[in-house]
Amino acid sequence: METVTFFETLWLARIPILKGIGVTVSISVLAILVGTILGIGVGLALTYGNKPLRWLVRGYTDFIRGTPVLVLVLASYYVLGTVGIDLGPFQAGVLALAVFCSSHVGEIVRGALQSIPKGQTEAAKAIGLTFPQTFAYVLGPQALRQVLPAWVNTAAEMVKASTLLSIIGVAELLLRTQELISRTFMSLEFYFFAGFLYFVVNYGIERFGRYVERKTSIPS
Amino acid sequence: MTGNLLEIRDLHKRYGDVEVLKGVDCTMAQGDVISIIGSSGSGKTTMLRCINMLEEFQGGSIRIDGEEIGYETAGGTRRRKKEKEIARQRAMTGMAFQQFNLFPHMSAAENVMLGLVKVKKMSRDEARSVAEKWLDRVGLAERRDRFPGQLSGGQQQRVAIARAIAMNPKLMLFDEVTSALDPELVNEVLQVIKDLARDGMSMLLVTHEMRFAYEVSSRVIFMNQGRIGEEGNPREMFLKPQTERLAEFLKTSTFN
Repeated sequence: METVTFFETLWLARIPILKGIGVTVSISVLAILVGTILGIGVGLALTYGNKPLRWLVRGYTDFIRGTPVLVLVLASYYVLGTVGIDLGPFQAGVLALAVFCSSHVGEIVRGALQSIPKGQTEAAKAIGLTFPQTFAYVLGPQALRQVLPAWVNTAAEMVKASTLLSIIGVAELLLRTQELISRTFMSLEFYFFAGFLYFVVNYGIERFGRYVERKTSIPS
Repeated sequence: MTGNLLEIRDLHKRYGDVEVLKGVDCTMAQGDVISIIGSSGSGKTTMLRCINMLEEFQGGSIRIDGEEIGYETAGGTRRRKKEKEIARQRAMTGMAFQQFNLFPHMSAAENVMLGLVKVKKMSRDEARSVAEKWLDRVGLAERRDRFPGQLSGGQQQRVAIARAIAMNPKLMLFDEVTSALDPELVNEVLQVIKDLARDGMSMLLVTHEMRFAYEVSSRVIFMNQGRIGEEGNPREMFLKPQTERLAEFLKTSTFN
């Protein structure tokens, strides 16, 4: 009897749950996208920037990475408002996650670029490539392959971190689930179900990452 | 213009407080094949790397075909040329490295084509046919679609030489190109270099292969502690060294 009621309840609640998934995916995609773009900038600055820029960006990443994501989310929502930047919970949450993501992607990009042997740059220079060309055709493509596994990891972390936005009232999957549970008291079933949905999303990301890795692997 | 292909005047290079080149002078004519020998730390590789600005240098000048490389002096101040200008000048020379430094994510042909397409602005078809011609010259026509990871060290080095020479440089720089190779792979690379020398390619080689230096060079330079210790034709240098340092160096070198 118990299971029948669960599926019945699930069916009745399908719209809010789907909306919740939609919001979770939107948060994640936006945060990963913006975070990755920022992160590439951070990585480039850490690798090729002059000393003052490197110090500045190093300070930024160390600070962000040393701060709990939840604190970033709360700060973004409550503190930015006090200095006149009024963001809704969704924007504030995405901003916090994107900033968090950028510091991680930045480190990943820096690590990948620095792991490429110096001889690659020298060989590129020796045939007369300018630095932008060297980056575009020699360093970038090699770094991208290196970045991929760690980046997939970060992307999955962002999906999980999106649950923190429930604290500031963003109606993503977890908050929708909690609302549902407060009405039905089926905490075990719906927490489990939500967990399953997160797993599906992250498993999809991981499979996609593996696929791209395989497609771009260098024959040897 | 003096007619010299390469003209190095009073070249000084420092790493911090350590002066590795203490005033090197060297001229080279079109078609010359010059081997640079000397113990490690004598500055021979550094000298080679200054010629295509992989190293900055603090004093002196380097000219290729009369054109000053890397720096310009205007109103008494010496200034590094613009990055784009230096990139153009680097393409005047070709360089092969000890560690090959092929681009691992590109096939042999693509390695050779990259500079042709991006620097020489050839069409991809044109670049492909030039690349194939040179890969054929180094005996690797059938392996043009292989990736560096699928090639032996000797094959990789031959691709790297093809990549440099396909750019049609005025001067080829070889930096200990056989040092990282297994002994049985050394010859196939040396053979390629000998062929190029026979074709009249101007080249400057840093090498530990004494017999090769003896056979292929029109002139040998012995570097000693950041200066040219002795130079001359290989026969005189190897059979009748004028300085004690060179005699000592030759004694400790294997000549096979």
